[in-house]
Amino acid sequence: MDKLRTLFLTFLKIGAFTFGGGYAMIALLENEFVSKKKWVDKNEFLDMVAVAESTPGPIAINAATYIGYKLSGMSGAILSTIGVSLPSFIIMFLISLFLDKFLALKLVGFAFRGIQACVIYMILFAGIKMLGQLEKKAFNYVIFGAVVISMVAFSILAVNFSAVFFILICGFMGITYYCIKRIGDKK
Amino acid sequence: MIFLKLFITFFEIGLVSFGGGLGMVALIREKVLMNNWLTEEQFMNIIAVSESTPGPIAVNVATFVGSTQAGILGSFMATFGVILPSFIIILIIAALLKNFMKYKGVAAFLMGIRPAVVALVFGTAITMGLSTLFKMKVIGDEPAADIRAVIIFTVLVIIHLVYKKLKKVAPSPIIMIMVSAVLGIIAYSS
Repeated sequence: MDKLRTLFLTFLKIGAFTFGGGYAMIALLENEFVSKKKWVDKNEFLDMVAVAESTPGPIAINAATYIGYKLSGMSGAILSTIGVSLPSFIIMFLISLFLDKFLALKLVGFAFRGIQACVIYMILFAGIKMLGQLEKKAFNYVIFGAVVISMVAFSILAVNFSAVFFILICGFMGITYYCIKRIGDKK
Repeated sequence: MIFLKLFITFFEIGLVSFGGGLGMVALIREKVLMNNWLTEEQFMNIIAVSESTPGPIAVNVATFVGSTQAGILGSFMATFGVILPSFIIILIIAALLKNFMKYKGVAAFLMGIRPAVVALVFGTAITMGLSTLFKMKVIGDEPAADIRAVIIFTVLVIIHLVYKKLKKVAPSPIIMIMVSAVLGIIAYSS
């Protein structure tokens, strides 16, 4: 019971104070569960990070469910996941109630037009950072180039082509590439 | 039935968007624009608010859109939808597939997805930039550059590069949002 309460409160704290998304949270989690409480050993933590980053969905949610389950089973998973999402839920719900009125203020409206330019900058630089972390090999650059060009082209030509298809097609291209390489290696 | 629609749409986002954080932005944007839940400008405002408040962007957007479309229950359904796939997938992996990451098929699939996720983030930045900085959504649109926005964008990029050069780390998003708010007030009120 004590462990469950600690799990819930720890993830609540992480959900309430982690700015800057999943990767900032990983450091906090490590500090909390590996260094301080010693509930998770270093290797298991690294496995968890690999799984949380590779599976779909927000990294914070993935990590909370994983650690919660490993430490206290199903109830641990549920409480950790609720804990980590609850602060965002409450904060965003409150913001949703008054954001429109806030934006209607003249100066705030001007500020947000500047902020919109900032969002483009943030997404572009998030992309540049991710590109830098990508393994430098021809396969990655081919997929990257093909997806950027086709996404922009479809958008400009008003063709509906969901990001879901890009993800699935590229996943299967990864598998195809692996199979071809394996056949090649056998020869 | 708006509650079901919110739940299913955000469930789909939670199920197929890889990469976490801004890596998920392409699919979230596509879905909220397609359903007319937000305009491009509103979506950008929400991204900025998400980056300045704690918690995952996907959860923030789900909560906001759910609330503006269908009140507190809508908010709950959208948020529950976006979280549920993660929860189920991670439980299956943690409980049953201990060597999940070591399966060759999984590794190959992820290898294909990784560059695609990065490309989707870039593609989002480009299409968003074309539509808001240059008012070019589809071909044939008369390009009309929002000069002030282009200047603010350029100033932010320069600040980023100079800051990175001096401090060796990128400036925090919150500082950049505050800088851009000030620049917005200066540029648009004159």
